[in-house]
Amino acid sequence: MKKNILYFLLNISIILLIIIFVITANRNFDSYIIRILNLCAIYIILGVSLNLINGFTGQFSLGHAGFMSIGAYMSALLYMSPELKEVNFFITPLIWPLSVIQIPFVFSLIIAGLVSAGVGFLIGIPCLRLKGDYLAIVTFGFSEIIRVIFNNLQNVTNGPIGLKGLPTHTNLWWSFGIAILTVLVVKNLINSSYGRALKSIRENETAAEAMGVNLFFHKSLAFAIGAFFAGLGGALLGSFIMTIDPNTFSFLLTFQLIVIVVVGGLGSITGTVISAIIITVLMEVLRSVESPMNIFGLHVPGIPGMRMLVFAILLMTVVLFFKKGLMGMKEWSWDGLLKKYFPDNER
Amino acid sequence: MTFNVLLQNLSNGISLGFLFALIAIGYSMVYGILNLINFAHGDIFMMATFFVYYAIALFSIPWGLAFFVGILLTILLGVSVDRFAYRPLRNSPRISCLCSAIGMSFLLENFAIVVFGGRPKAFFRPEIFTKMYTIFNVRIHSVSIVTPVIAILALLVLTYIIHRTKIGLAMRAISRDFDTANLMGININKTIAFTFAIGSGLAAIGAILWALRYPQIYPYMGIFPGWRAFAAAIMGGIGSIRGATLGGFLVGLLSIMIVVFLPALAGYKDAFIFIGVIIVLSFKPKGLFGEE
Repeated sequence: MKKNILYFLLNISIILLIIIFVITANRNFDSYIIRILNLCAIYIILGVSLNLINGFTGQFSLGHAGFMSIGAYMSALLYMSPELKEVNFFITPLIWPLSVIQIPFVFSLIIAGLVSAGVGFLIGIPCLRLKGDYLAIVTFGFSEIIRVIFNNLQNVTNGPIGLKGLPTHTNLWWSFGIAILTVLVVKNLINSSYGRALKSIRENETAAEAMGVNLFFHKSLAFAIGAFFAGLGGALLGSFIMTIDPNTFSFLLTFQLIVIVVVGGLGSITGTVISAIIITVLMEVLRSVESPMNIFGLHVPGIPGMRMLVFAILLMTVVLFFKKGLMGMKEWSWDGLLKKYFPDNER
Repeated sequence: MTFNVLLQNLSNGISLGFLFALIAIGYSMVYGILNLINFAHGDIFMMATFFVYYAIALFSIPWGLAFFVGILLTILLGVSVDRFAYRPLRNSPRISCLCSAIGMSFLLENFAIVVFGGRPKAFFRPEIFTKMYTIFNVRIHSVSIVTPVIAILALLVLTYIIHRTKIGLAMRAISRDFDTANLMGININKTIAFTFAIGSGLAAIGAILWALRYPQIYPYMGIFPGWRAFAAAIMGGIGSIRGATLGGFLVGLLSIMIVVFLPALAGYKDAFIFIGVIIVLSFKPKGLFGEE
């Protein structure tokens, strides 16, 4: 029992440290660094939620961008003011109930998460019959269907024009707060009996079913929770970049998240958090590759697209040579840390 | 709608279907042998058009020879993708192979953007591929006539290779049981490389016919044909050539017929293709011709 209290206090202190960090960041850092920090937190939310589905439950899903898209649109349509909506929907007016509603950001976030969780649950239904690669296709197909529908549903989503000039509600408090919430929820879920059931599905589905694990319920659970946080992340991202259109949430975005999860290690929250930060920062640092530069007196003009090429090469290197990712399935924990530094503290 | 209009659309749908079938077979064969979705297949398709484009534009090779060179280079590319991106991962979990495949597709696209540039280019069309023929009031593009002929020839050669030659036997053995085939002395790597060569070759043929039909080439052009062909391969039952051909036909006809019969829903064309895939998979989880 004593150990639990110690860990609880340590966790609280970490959260306090993050809060202090956010306060200092808000006061001292310039807006560019704050932007990157926000992106890091949003990618942590998205990466951890994808890892719950792909890494812990072993259901290879390629539909994360679809969930994000739903979350982003849902929340944006709820927190935008009616005047702003009128400005945006200048071709086809928005349908009635949505055109007059405006609710605070918090509630729009919650509703966005719940709606995308509901869709995630619906996606879980066909998954009952499909395994492995077929599931990957169906979830990919789903995110494509969402994209196509959002492109064509002019009177709800404004079609390919998208929504512009969204009010920026996302700040470090929101993004880091929800990132902490995501990590805590997923971590506690993984260490509960539900989490053990999810991992048993990953290891061997038939054996898990034979041991009495309800496959349908647990897969749907994983999809619903993953989709919930994907919806939140999408909503934060939408409010953060201030403009959304259906093609923002293309396969490329899902791909980036998969890279984060794979580089961090499938089935490791710690790994996902670390790699989300590394990759977000790296994507910013690599922008320098595209600008003109002088190497040993040799003038190299900026080449557009070079950043993504370097990124792809780095990714291939990680996939080919570090097959388990940064952390494999290991987690960083107080237990491991204490054992390392106070070996005689065994109880 | 008159009978002529229907015939017109049918002819378009059929030749498009053959194109999808050519691409879908590449997906299907690789999946049948490696259990791997070759995400890079659509980008190999794209590279083929650029090879031909540069062979004609830079080296001014006559177009017949340029097509041939393009196909050869694409085969080389397909085999080297297998060698560098997939072979090191033969014994790793499937998920790393999938990531490697997605990474490879990403790499090829960005390579094309950096090296060839993102601006669309006009593909060279020889005189005979720009002609239109009118038969019974149905206007048929000469590419629409050539496509089925070449596709059927390619399919016949492929069927012959798979069912009548030794390497075809090896391919069938590997797709049945990877480990046992290895124990029986089949050179796994060589056979897989051969599979990639055939798949990429068919993709290159498909790509050239595609570019003759829609003569605009750009680095992302492989994504949509690739995904539709992939949907076709899944619908037909991945791993089966018959299935891939049938699936290609279904997708080609579906994408034309939706526009014809339900013009209001034309924008939802891709959604319908994927809904079709999901419906087929929920009733037959292995596709129409898949082995149980």
